[in-house]
Amino acid sequence: MIRLDCVSKIFKVSEPGSASKKDFHALRDVSLEIENGSIYGIIGRSGAGKSTLIRCVNLLERPTAGRVFINGVEMTSLKEAKLRAARRKIGMIFQSFNLLANRTAFGNIAFPLELERWTRQDIADRVHEIAALVGITDKLDQYPSQLSGGQKQRIGIARALANRPDLLLSDEATSALDPQTTKSVLTLLKDINDKLGLTVILITHEMDVIKEICDSVAVLDSGEIVEEGPVLKIFTAPIKSVTKELLAHVLRTRLPDSLAGLEFTRERGNRQADVLLRLSFFGNVAAQPIISDIVRKFDVDVNILAAQLDHVRTTPYGTIVVQLSGGDREEAIEYLLDLNLKAEVMGYVARSGDITY
Amino acid sequence: MSQDLATLLIKGLADTLYMIGASSAISFLFGLPLGVILSVTAPGGILMNRTLYSSLSLLVNVGRSVPFIILMVAIIPFTRLIAGTSIGTNAAIVPLSVSAIPFVGRVVETALREIDDGIIEAALAMGASPFEIIRKVLLPEALPSIISGLTLTVISLIGYSAMAGAIGGGGLGDIAIRYGYQRFMPDVMLATVIVLVLMVQLFQFAGDRLSGITRHDKKS
Repeated sequence: MIRLDCVSKIFKVSEPGSASKKDFHALRDVSLEIENGSIYGIIGRSGAGKSTLIRCVNLLERPTAGRVFINGVEMTSLKEAKLRAARRKIGMIFQSFNLLANRTAFGNIAFPLELERWTRQDIADRVHEIAALVGITDKLDQYPSQLSGGQKQRIGIARALANRPDLLLSDEATSALDPQTTKSVLTLLKDINDKLGLTVILITHEMDVIKEICDSVAVLDSGEIVEEGPVLKIFTAPIKSVTKELLAHVLRTRLPDSLAGLEFTRERGNRQADVLLRLSFFGNVAAQPIISDIVRKFDVDVNILAAQLDHVRTTPYGTIVVQLSGGDREEAIEYLLDLNLKAEVMGYVARSGDITY
Repeated sequence: MSQDLATLLIKGLADTLYMIGASSAISFLFGLPLGVILSVTAPGGILMNRTLYSSLSLLVNVGRSVPFIILMVAIIPFTRLIAGTSIGTNAAIVPLSVSAIPFVGRVVETALREIDDGIIEAALAMGASPFEIIRKVLLPEALPSIISGLTLTVISLIGYSAMAGAIGGGGLGDIAIRYGYQRFMPDVMLATVIVLVLMVQLFQFAGDRLSGITRHDKKS
């Protein structure tokens, strides 16, 4: 288990036009527990402290206060030589790959093994084995400058895994890649997690990455963990506005662009006003015929304005935006709220038939 | 005369090559570690040490700001101590090396500084020690730039060695001054200049090739 105990990091930053230095709290009392074998995501906007946080795990950044434990070993108490030995069992991959330009793919993957003083033959065997795992066997003789971003990241992953680490740290590893390559690299990470039982901690600013492979997620905002838990829980019941904002893109809970010009009010103007309702459902609720239910039971007209169905890992989730008019709208909304789904009144449209798109 | 001229030039060339070879070797030997120390102790370096960096940097700047001709004269007692004499080819090697060491130091420091911090961070994350980072990351990654810088050093040493001729250091510069200038023999002057130009061309070409062969960070 990986445990962060009240980790804080303060940077001294010089203020423009002043000689004095100011404290900048990059991390405030961050405490986390990460199960072995899980994929743990840390998400936040840029400047939230994600990079600092992941660097505190292998002590590339030394926390100003707090302790870091990896499988019972207190990293923060280790002296230089012991710390280096501990780092050899923690792989790390980077957004900009950070490969050695003057070494071939083979040489890059061999690097951590050379540090461990493996024999030449053992290194060659291991490099080929790991290259096969990440699918770059035919690229071993090439230099990084001859490879694509996705191939470079695969070499980065191979290098990180070469010394059979217990933990893999991923620092925005897919942020420099196109969507398709991102997907294949994420699939590879998931594969490795399954096959090797390796614990993965990744930081990202993209909820898509979390959605794709993470088991648990922590939301970091201004150096603090504001929300934390299993991915599905965070997706179904986000509490903090930062989380909702980060989710908005992937859940598309905002109105689609085609409806952006739609005028509606938060206040209910008159009794005839139509209701704009957003319904989100996860898991097997998606199988229930809720729309025809409310049409039948409450005699309302339902106009579907936007709809989307997707998956978080393997759980289906969907969002629909509907306009309710006529019938007993209040009763219908009550009914929906009682079901195991989220219904949110977005607003009211003054008169029926005003929606054009 | 042309027979004599050829003999003269060959002797001069041999002396010059000897001076440059020896002073290059000595300045690389001392300049390389100097550059590495400058680079790793600089602010943000893996063995950051403000005091050591500032003092070495100051020393290097002083060394580089003294004009060669003045340095040559100023360190005559030191030259005598090392070479046993202050005149001749062997004696010239001392001031040539002394002037080139800080230059090589800066060249190496600059080459190492160009390496992306991310690569050093990756090596640290893999548990590399500072010494392993220097040996396995910094020097190999900077090798093409270091070779370019050393080529530059050798070429400026060619120029300086001609100057050393002025105080009886021997070599092509000595010939150009004694025969070409003092005895009004323009053909000798021209011949030495041509030999010097060819030498510089050759060294530059060889240096560029070597740097190119070791460079893999550009798309080919």
